[in-house]
Amino acid sequence: MLIFEKSESGRNATSQHVRLAHTKIEIPEKFLRTDKPLLPEVSELQVVRHYTRLSRKNYSIDTQFYPLGSCTMKYNPRGVHRLAFLEGFLQRHPLSLDINSQGYMACAYELQEILKTVTGMKGVSLTPMAGAQGEFAGVAMIRAYHESRGDTARNEFLVPDAAHGTNPASAVQCGYKVKEIPTGPDGNVDVAALQAAVGPHTAGIMLTNPSTLGVFEQKIQEIAAIMHKAGGLLYYDGANLNAILGKVQPGAMGFDVMHINLHKTFATPHGGGGPGGGPVAVNERLLPFLPMPIVTKTNDTYAWLTEKECPQTIGRLSAFMGNAGIILRAYMYARLLGKEGLLRVAEFATLNANYLLARLRAAGFTAAYPTRRASHEFIITLKDEAKELHIGALDVAKRLLDYNFHAPTMYFPLLVPECLLIEPTETESKQVLDAFADTMIKILEEAKTNPDLLHTAPHTLSVRRLDEVKAARELDLVFKKA
Amino acid sequence: MPFIPHTQQDTEEMLSTIGVANIENLFDEIPDTLRHANIEAIPSGITEMELTRLMKERAKRDGGMTCFIGAGAYEHHIPAAVWEIASRGEFLTAYTPYQAEASQGTLQLLYEYQTMMASLMGLDVSNASLYDGASALAEAVLMAVRANKFSKSQRVLMPRTVHPFYREVVATIVGQQNIELIEVPFDLASGCTSMEALKKISGDITALIIPQPNFFGVLEDVDALTDWAHAQKALVIAVVNPLAMSLLKAPGHWGSNGADIACGEGQPLGVPLASGGPYYGFLCCKQDIVRQLPGRIVGRTVDQEGKEGFVLTLQAREQHIRRAKATSNICTNQGLLVTASTIYMSLLGPEGLRLSAIACHQNTCLFREKLKKVEGVKKIFSGAFFHEIVLQFSQPVDNVLEELAKFNIQGGYAISQFYSELENCLLVCVTETKTEFDMDEYVAKLQIVLRHLNSTEKKAALNCEEGN
Ligand SMILES: Cc1ncc(COP(=O)(O)O)c(C=O)c1O
Repeated sequence: MLIFEKSESGRNATSQHVRLAHTKIEIPEKFLRTDKPLLPEVSELQVVRHYTRLSRKNYSIDTQFYPLGSCTMKYNPRGVHRLAFLEGFLQRHPLSLDINSQGYMACAYELQEILKTVTGMKGVSLTPMAGAQGEFAGVAMIRAYHESRGDTARNEFLVPDAAHGTNPASAVQCGYKVKEIPTGPDGNVDVAALQAAVGPHTAGIMLTNPSTLGVFEQKIQEIAAIMHKAGGLLYYDGANLNAILGKVQPGAMGFDVMHINLHKTFATPHGGGGPGGGPVAVNERLLPFLPMPIVTKTNDTYAWLTEKECPQTIGRLSAFMGNAGIILRAYMYARLLGKEGLLRVAEFATLNANYLLARLRAAGFTAAYPTRRASHEFIITLKDEAKELHIGALDVAKRLLDYNFHAPTMYFPLLVPECLLIEPTETESKQVLDAFADTMIKILEEAKTNPDLLHTAPHTLSVRRLDEVKAARELDLVFKKA
Repeated sequence: MPFIPHTQQDTEEMLSTIGVANIENLFDEIPDTLRHANIEAIPSGITEMELTRLMKERAKRDGGMTCFIGAGAYEHHIPAAVWEIASRGEFLTAYTPYQAEASQGTLQLLYEYQTMMASLMGLDVSNASLYDGASALAEAVLMAVRANKFSKSQRVLMPRTVHPFYREVVATIVGQQNIELIEVPFDLASGCTSMEALKKISGDITALIIPQPNFFGVLEDVDALTDWAHAQKALVIAVVNPLAMSLLKAPGHWGSNGADIACGEGQPLGVPLASGGPYYGFLCCKQDIVRQLPGRIVGRTVDQEGKEGFVLTLQAREQHIRRAKATSNICTNQGLLVTASTIYMSLLGPEGLRLSAIACHQNTCLFREKLKKVEGVKKIFSGAFFHEIVLQFSQPVDNVLEELAKFNIQGGYAISQFYSELENCLLVCVTETKTEFDMDEYVAKLQIVLRHLNSTEKKAALNCEEGN
């Protein structure tokens, strides 16, 4: 039942209403609203109960194993969330004077330094509000770099076919044409195809490493050399940084610019879709182009760098300074873990992924790249099951929900048929991984003995499988009062 | 090991199942030359207790101020239930509802949000959020360029009364694609976008942006602006304060045909100031251009048994399906903030929201009256206002603000840096959270500060003369 269907005209949560002596205003009539917006008229208890009940229809990290590949659904420390709600942080207006902002700015500055260290880069701007905005910023910086050198013929960006959808979309938003580079049978970029694709029109390439195929791009140094020789720059999509955190620095791989998804690697909560954080890190040659604002420190005092000090900046990406609360949380997470803890992230994320892969392969599942070591995630393909048992990735995913597991990412990357991209993360125990593996084995058994159970899954949730075609054909995007 | 549950025995069993001797071997596909990261510069880990101590100290340094700054971020009362519920793990630690059946909580909430926001804007549909108000305006511009079938010019009119940072963000984002942003001046007396100047702009126009209230807190003549734009076959993009829309005419009702797109900053609806984010951008439009709307959209449908349920819909617009041809590159959005806002709007209801808006306006009127007795300060701009006004001082405002801060008062936002014609100007905001006592304090301290600054200025001038 929708909250609107619980609404009764004249009912109110009046302790939330401002007390006014009168309602006179000094605004001429022509500016005023005459109709009542469709907001619910309900009591405070009704609101609390309605949304508490709705929350219970969600799967989440706090309640389920959530191996959604590429999304790094690790534990989000509660203490960090609580401390971000300290009065002093909540009350701070983004346009406060610097003298009233030193506490926040100290955290932001130190996070910039930590990110520089883990990435091996020379400068960081925290303002991008998610990975995709970081990509936009990075590609825009590459464009600004070429233009600053009068190198204006470069109008093409290279993107591997395995890349996340945001990569080509971000390159296009920066005014580039996108050229897809194929992947070889071993999961590495097809270097010959890359060699053939680069030229005087190439502005750069966007790469994820480990790639979205769950394997480390072994020829990265060769790729970097090819790109740099052709005058193009390399963008690192940091979505998979969890796999190499503290082990390998993207700067050392030859990347010129990258983003970090704070909501993945730095454990900030995903919030049912967001917010995230997508700080960008750059090497020497892109420093002048970083988006504003940035925190600087002189003699223990923090200040904002803006367009005034950095005239070549690509500009601003948000009204203020990005998702400040997420920046605070990421900072706190990094402090809790420290250098030793940060190092262990990639180690145990990789251990968990390889263990789960080993167990699933032993049970008869097909790895998409059987000759390769898994990174922090891996892909299994159900193309044989689809052919022989008429069971697809979708069916297995939906059946997993019945067993109280969130499903892995399905049908991405697009080049692996019937795929499940599985990322357990380092914060899950062996016991949870075993339970998941056992369930997958059970589902495979069901696929053979009772496939309908899978085709019609889920059976145990608040709704059965939903009709997406109807949703798109007969658009119903807002409630209308009868 | 913080947050890593493995016992020594677990680790050994797992390694043996994989068939490697140690964890380091799992990285054997990475070229040796790359495996030399050095993160020694990062401090060692600390406990939650130690972190609490550190963060409390830092938060204290920034807190305890009475805030009269607005300029795009506004302090409002937030009911306790809003963040109690939004912080439930089931909302906080879920992600994008790709698995609809296991995400009905978030999906239904988003459908309810879309209903509330579209209705508040007087428009047909809403998306499920963008990053913030400024980037939402940039997306609205890109959307208008795609949606306006009559216009080929990609020329978009941007009034100077739009928030200066919003203008910068739009320039950064749409500037990458050949879209021309044309500034429209404002009338120095009223503080409104100049209709006269607008009428002088000729040729094909793709869209006109209309802020309400504008950056100065002044109300624009939205009906006349909307009708003028539509007469030029331009689309109208409203960028508005959503709380104000409980009191002011909604964009969908502007002029004869209504604005085509409305966007803005959702922060006033239940999101704390919190250093500027996370907030969320909202974006609503008329039904006929819904396929150009960027971002997630939730639709109502049925399950196999005919029971009502909710899913992400029109996904063919999005980057994960359409890739290079998507309407936008956005993926992760600001879902949790929309969760808070939906709970906020439900708790306040139509009447509560309107009363908050009226209280903000009344407080600002009262504050203006009180300021009349302060010498050396005058309110400029004659136009009607909502909850912000521009004050002009007889001296630079930076010093004034720094002196006021010593009394724990954040006196407003200095805006002359963006408008050379507005010398020594301060934008001040009074919301429903301020009492008459707060305002009297401000006025009293302001008088002290001005007196002090005038006397030191005189002294400095005197010293200067003596030195000569
Ligand atoms: C590989 C990859 N790249 C980029 C992104 C985009 O990041 P965001 O969603 O933070 O914008 C994602 C996120 O889902 C991703 O998995």
